[in-house]
Amino acid sequence: MKIVVAVKQVPDSAAKVSVENGEVSWGDAPLVINPWDEFAVEAALLLTEEHGGDVVAVSLGDEDSKEALKHALAMGCSEAILISDPSLQNADTQAVAHALAAAIQKVGDVDMAVFGKQAIDGDNAVTPVQVARVLGWPALTLTSKISELDADAKTLKVERSIEEGRQIVEGKLPAVMSVVKDFGEPRYPSFMGIRKASKAEIPVWSAADLGADVPAAVVSWPEMSNPQAREVSNEIIEGGSPEEIAATLADKIIEEGVV
Amino acid sequence: MDFQLNEEHLGAQEMVRDFVQKEIGPIIKEQDRKQEMADFILPRMGELGILGINLPVRYGGQGFDYITLGLVCEELEVMDSTLRVVMSVHMGLNSMAILQWGTEEQKQQFLVPQAKGEKVASFGLTEPGAGSDVAGMTSTARKDGDEYVLNGEKMWISLATKSDHALIVARTDNEVDPHEGLSAFIVELDRDGITTGDIHGKMGVRAGSTGWIAMQDVRVPEFNRLGEEGEGFKIAMSCLDNGRYTVGAGATGLIRASLEASINYANDRKAFGREIGKFQLVQQKIAYMVQWYEAARLLYLKAGWLKNQGKRNTKETSLAKWFATDMSFQAASEAIQVHGAYGYSDEYDVERYLRNSKGAVIYEGTSEVHQLMQAGYALGYREDGELRKELPAYDAEYWQAEA
Ligand SMILES: Cc1cc2nc3c(=O)[nH]c(=O)nc-3n(C[C@H](O)[C@H](O)[C@H](O)COP(=O)(O)OP(=O)(O)OC[C@H]3O[C@@H](n4cnc5c(N)ncnc54)[C@H](O)[C@@H]3O)c2cc1C
Repeated sequence: MKIVVAVKQVPDSAAKVSVENGEVSWGDAPLVINPWDEFAVEAALLLTEEHGGDVVAVSLGDEDSKEALKHALAMGCSEAILISDPSLQNADTQAVAHALAAAIQKVGDVDMAVFGKQAIDGDNAVTPVQVARVLGWPALTLTSKISELDADAKTLKVERSIEEGRQIVEGKLPAVMSVVKDFGEPRYPSFMGIRKASKAEIPVWSAADLGADVPAAVVSWPEMSNPQAREVSNEIIEGGSPEEIAATLADKIIEEGVV
Repeated sequence: MDFQLNEEHLGAQEMVRDFVQKEIGPIIKEQDRKQEMADFILPRMGELGILGINLPVRYGGQGFDYITLGLVCEELEVMDSTLRVVMSVHMGLNSMAILQWGTEEQKQQFLVPQAKGEKVASFGLTEPGAGSDVAGMTSTARKDGDEYVLNGEKMWISLATKSDHALIVARTDNEVDPHEGLSAFIVELDRDGITTGDIHGKMGVRAGSTGWIAMQDVRVPEFNRLGEEGEGFKIAMSCLDNGRYTVGAGATGLIRASLEASINYANDRKAFGREIGKFQLVQQKIAYMVQWYEAARLLYLKAGWLKNQGKRNTKETSLAKWFATDMSFQAASEAIQVHGAYGYSDEYDVERYLRNSKGAVIYEGTSEVHQLMQAGYALGYREDGELRKELPAYDAEYWQAEA
């Protein structure tokens, strides 16, 4: 199987994100691979470990994004490609999807494109579906498990973790899949992988290299602001026995309409 | 001069940091309270390659350099000293000695499984009656045909009950100068006549294992002798050059842990209407911890660099170990002070840091021994003679090649 996994470089989840002068800032917090994408890399690696094949990591972004790609290489991906072009600087998800789809086609013979559930910076969670749409492939989003996969017959059956419960979906390869945590805890980079990644020369593909029509962004962000600060108050419930405290707490919760 | 760590260094550091935070962080307090080493730790460190980090790939290691070993030790000890102790004995005091002194056959038999983490290694030098005074040891190894027969007891041995191979130093000759009469052996701990046990009630490193190894007529083939007969003292001292390096790097991590805990607490805790970090006397403690951390780190990185170059580093390593361990004790003590009463309870980590820090001021040369060494070098009383076999310089190509 040939799998492409898409990874994005984002501010660390511990970063304090705020809006300053209309621009989003995360201070001097480090950039890391999008945590959800680590699950995607893990899923892709598990699949090739079971069915054979290679995983190619692809990222769209500036030079910094090479770090996310190196992390993916260190985890065990066999190749990494950066898509970078000044024309993609203000790309919206649709433009990104077109560029990623073109890259997936350029890689060639891809059986599956795997994504994380969403990126923790924009939190749009639509890129996987948009890529599927551009490629004309089925979109298997929020996948928690692959219950069956026949690489020769090019069929698969997956479980989706959706709010209402678990959904079993059958599909055909090639397909786009986005994964949730239940797929499996991402492995650490191996030491051999770290060395391989540190020596890797990551090719950069421009929009021209992709030879695709990347549409101009149709979404823009005219205004950004910090969320309103919430008023919080604390109350310590006093009482003699744990039972008494629990009863008071239960009354309070009902009174406040929490349950 | 280049202070830049390379991508391999940074990648390894990040990986180990991630591992300890995810897998050890959640359980360390409980293990420390129970005075037990968690069973999964050694196999997991082996599986991840940490137990062979700086050994050549051809011997089952990961092919990283000696600086990476230091960085890994720093990250391990930020979490808990017991994790770094594993590297001190398994890697510094044992595996690196086999790399330095072992024959090719010994490397195949002992080093390869150790590097892969299939076998865990320890180091038995100290005895109930002899610590700093190494040459005062009484364990014996009597030659009998093509075997040696070992008798005696080793005490305060890290991983005594958890390891498979121990590097044991014992007396082979009573007639010569006590320093010249010692020899080193790699002893498989499942041999007949060996019993081991753990010591309980330690002040610190409670989530680790420290114990004793008793030997009664233990027969060991001549093949297991490391180096030549009579070379045991020199070998033991060369082991300490590597063990002390891991201790110094680790203690640097302990200073960092105390510093980070103090910064977090000082930014959070309020007194007299403001964060305690705003008080200059608290700031002074933080400033000193920064100073100790940065200086300790430079000292161990320099020692690591000398090892990479294949240069003798007994003096530099001793200084790095002495400074970092003394300062880690002081930093942990100041961190408790910053935390006030909360620092005095095991709800916070800093009291564990203090208990853990004291051991390293004692083992692998007490601070007094390092003071004697440093003064000895400075006054010209002490000089390092050449060894028959030196620790090999780090050669990336050789280290990373399959064979
Ligand atoms: C947690 C822990 C783990 C250990 N792990 C190992 C291990 O894995 N393998 C191993 O072989 N050993 C191990 N040790 C033992 C350790 O190396 C010894 O404790 C250390 O060498 C000191 O020896 P000692 O305890 O016998 O103290 P002593 O040598 O009896 O020293 C007592 C005091 O006298 C001072 N002193 C001694 N000689 C002099 C001198 N000439 N001048 C000035 N002062 C002097 C010392 O500095 C110290 O303050 C471990 C110890 C601990 C606490």
